[in-house]
Amino acid sequence: MQRDKAALPYRGKSQLDRAVELAARHCARVFVSVRPSQVADPLRAAHPLLIDSLPGEGPLVGIRSGLAAFPDVAWLVIACDLPFLSDAALEYLLQQRDPSLMATAFKSAHDGLPEPLCAVWEPAAGAALAGYQAAGGHCPRKFLMRNAPKLLAPLDERALDNINTPAEYAAAHAALDAADLDVMKLQIQYFALMREQAGRSEETIETTAATPADLYGELTARHGFTLQLEQLKVAVNGEFSDWSRPLAAGDAVVFIPPVAGG
Amino acid sequence: MLFRFSTTAIDAAGARLELRDAGAGGFVSFEGWVRDHNEGREVIRLEYEAFQQLAVKEGDRIVSEALRRFPIKHALCIHRVGALSLSDMAVWVGVSAVHRGEAFDACRYIIDEVKHRAPIWKKEYYRSGDSGWVNCDHCAAAPHHTALHDPRRHAPG
Repeated sequence: MQRDKAALPYRGKSQLDRAVELAARHCARVFVSVRPSQVADPLRAAHPLLIDSLPGEGPLVGIRSGLAAFPDVAWLVIACDLPFLSDAALEYLLQQRDPSLMATAFKSAHDGLPEPLCAVWEPAAGAALAGYQAAGGHCPRKFLMRNAPKLLAPLDERALDNINTPAEYAAAHAALDAADLDVMKLQIQYFALMREQAGRSEETIETTAATPADLYGELTARHGFTLQLEQLKVAVNGEFSDWSRPLAAGDAVVFIPPVAGG
Repeated sequence: MLFRFSTTAIDAAGARLELRDAGAGGFVSFEGWVRDHNEGREVIRLEYEAFQQLAVKEGDRIVSEALRRFPIKHALCIHRVGALSLSDMAVWVGVSAVHRGEAFDACRYIIDEVKHRAPIWKKEYYRSGDSGWVNCDHCAAAPHHTALHDPRRHAPG
């Protein structure tokens, strides 16, 4: 793949930005590891940078540079081309971490070998990595294989898949879209006072509202409904519903103002 | 069908025939009419609007309940939607039964529950030129769910 993998967009956000946001939900501070020649790249420069400060290049030098810059802390190291890496996987990694070892890492679902770029590197690894590199080593995976890290089976076979070809990129896109339940389309119908206040009988909206109660709050902000939620009932897919029922894509929602038949 | 909507004048004479039964000794009906006043205001016409998909289901459930609760033969409810003038029939309920007592009770049950539960709304147009959704416009600032849904709070129908 000829393109910069860090720049690949997923739903309008670069893979690098997604990875930084993911890491920031689990770490006190987040840095993007760069070679000195990448410092001016706007995609990377938007984040705090950790510039390689030691001779050589590649991930090993990046990891060593981090451990050298902050020798007293452990580093969660993640590659920026893991579109399926989840909060759950990182929570599990951090919870299982063993600070008495050089590192705690996931092992590949494919070959069982340690994944150095989805791992927690402990301060003790700094000196050992320096010795490994001085002896001619350059591969962080081989370093881990020799240094008995704690290895974790991945929670999800795909979690550590990286993206190397346009076909893999297209497949990752499709899979992420299918898995994305956060934003969904709903059909809303309005009656009586609410129809007049919304200025329409129906609409299709995209929302992240999890329940009818959340949805009413969102639509009240948009349309200025005057009725309080406590005055209403709600129907989902043509039947009365609880306000806390989880909404699903394609649901048809109707808010029911106080009735006055007869 | 135990409950239905009509977009034109309700045919009460025809509806009554649907409830005839040789075993029935009595027939009771209730008609709700458009009244010229409500809560001290002069009403000149009405509009009814319904969420028909759900209102028909709920209306069917109400009449089914009446058929289970009371020893009656047949029951039917028809509700208008659209624009109505004074004295137009807004709703019709009919019940046939072996004895009159159960027919009266079931008829009362059906109209009370329909007013309380079916997603139907009424907009009143007043002599003064303005208009309002009954139970909604004047109560928007005072959320008291049960009171607002109490059919006895508003007399018409």
